[in-house]
Amino acid sequence: MTLKSLFTSVALIPLATFSQAAEVWVTNEKDDTISVIDIDTLEVTRTIETGERPRGITFSKDYSRVYICASDSDTVQVMDPETGKVLYDLPSGEDPEQFVLHPDDRHLYIANEDDAITTVVDTQTRTVVAQIDVGIEPEGMAVSPDGKIAITTSETTNMAHWIDTETQELFANTLVDSRPRHAEFTAQGGELWVSAEIGGTVSIFDVASQTEKGKIRFDVKGVHPDRVQPVGFEFTEDEKTAFVALGPSNHVAVVNAKTYEVEDYILVGRRVWHMAFSPDKSQLFTTNGVSGDVTVIDVAKRDPIKTIKVGRFPWGAAVRP
Amino acid sequence: MRPALIALQAIVLREALRFVRQRSRFIAALVRPLVWLVVFAAGFRAALGLSITPPYQTYITYEIYIVPGLCGMIILFNSMQSALSLVYDREMGSMRLLLTSPLPRWWLLMCRLIAATVMSIVQVYAFLAIAALYGIRLPWEGYILALPALIIAGLTLGALGLALSSLIHQLENFAGVMNFVIFPMFFLSSALYPLWKMAESSETLHDICAVNPFTHTVELIRFALYGEFNVGALGWTALAGVIFLALALWGYDPAHGLTRRKG
Repeated sequence: MTLKSLFTSVALIPLATFSQAAEVWVTNEKDDTISVIDIDTLEVTRTIETGERPRGITFSKDYSRVYICASDSDTVQVMDPETGKVLYDLPSGEDPEQFVLHPDDRHLYIANEDDAITTVVDTQTRTVVAQIDVGIEPEGMAVSPDGKIAITTSETTNMAHWIDTETQELFANTLVDSRPRHAEFTAQGGELWVSAEIGGTVSIFDVASQTEKGKIRFDVKGVHPDRVQPVGFEFTEDEKTAFVALGPSNHVAVVNAKTYEVEDYILVGRRVWHMAFSPDKSQLFTTNGVSGDVTVIDVAKRDPIKTIKVGRFPWGAAVRP
Repeated sequence: MRPALIALQAIVLREALRFVRQRSRFIAALVRPLVWLVVFAAGFRAALGLSITPPYQTYITYEIYIVPGLCGMIILFNSMQSALSLVYDREMGSMRLLLTSPLPRWWLLMCRLIAATVMSIVQVYAFLAIAALYGIRLPWEGYILALPALIIAGLTLGALGLALSSLIHQLENFAGVMNFVIFPMFFLSSALYPLWKMAESSETLHDICAVNPFTHTVELIRFALYGEFNVGALGWTALAGVIFLALALWGYDPAHGLTRRKG
């Protein structure tokens, strides 16, 4: 520890006593645990046991509940983030891998990887509202900001499936590159971004017409193209920049979200899959599965500043302010 | 000005002049580490995975890892170059002239040591500037905080050069020094690979690297470049420096040293 960091730590003790620091919650799929990282100290402060193979993770709007996809337990667990206790399980269908919480803060859209369906669960009544047939191995989930469209990407069918959340029915299917893993709408809802792990690309769709309007390709110096496998991505608040996790290339790409050009590559741990911003969006936390750690990126400088050891095979990440 | 300082100024200026006039020497001193950085490190970038070891807080590319080692390399080679010029001076007679001055012999040797250190540091900063232009930037405070570490490293390795120069009687023997001192010192250190990587292939190699003073010199520079202080590395480097200096003073002592005239 440097003198500067020692001084900072001592100076922050009274503050830490009276205020809850923001946290990053990381699911460790091989340890069946969640590692909780304190954003101020950048250290793991808690390790919480979960069901088997936790992957997707998200908080309710008021952060009073955390939802965890316990894939091998075939359930979505609902946990009290204060105590770390599982309150109850939600019916989720088999092998829930990823999900997304609807802007109504009530409905969860869950990808059931083994069953080729998307399950819609009402978190208040704790019942399944709908099950929608989609392509084989659904994974990526997204809901438009206005809540009218839900997206499921299917890894083997190589499609993005567009779901009308009023009728809970598919209204469009669009082809994407091989093995789509993650989808996100832009904040204004005008664009849908979909990453393709094997295809090595991120496709951008115009939401109104469901047509492709751009494609991003990556080229990491000194890394074989087969190892460049985009999975998770996140936008900065102004949506001018996107950070794309490139899997076993061990890099995160910095993409100009307006021109779709890659501006930089940032070295992180091994097999980076998902990410989460700190509440003020000044730091980005990447889950590095194979190396079992989380790399913290200074967003403004685009520099990795620290890598924090967590459990085995960290997968998803969510922030609690 | 006191005579001791006049002597120091004169010797440092002489070394500086010699350095400036030998432009090829300066270029060679920079080209050597830059070739390692641009060619060697680029080739190993993908092949050599580096786990996180202090002072690094996160994953780094191989280019970044070897920068402190290449700083050490510059100092090591410059120290040996300085030792070579001592042997040359002795052959040409100018060293004898210097040693006949009324100033203590240990001070004259210290002046040579300081001159060599100054020249080393100039080269290191020139290298760091080019590396920064190439895209390898370190924390800005590291460039300042590294200065004391570079001075200690320069004095230690310079003292080694002085000690060796007391053993070498002819310029032709200098090739032996290159083969038996510089290369083993450089390769059997943490300059190119972290020690844990050495341990993966051979525990013996790892142990040799761990006792090599050059390893600790490199680590002292590495930590300083990241604003951290490595007490162990400083202790080892300083201890080695004191031993090398004692050997050099003994070697240049006409009563006991190896430079005394036979018969």
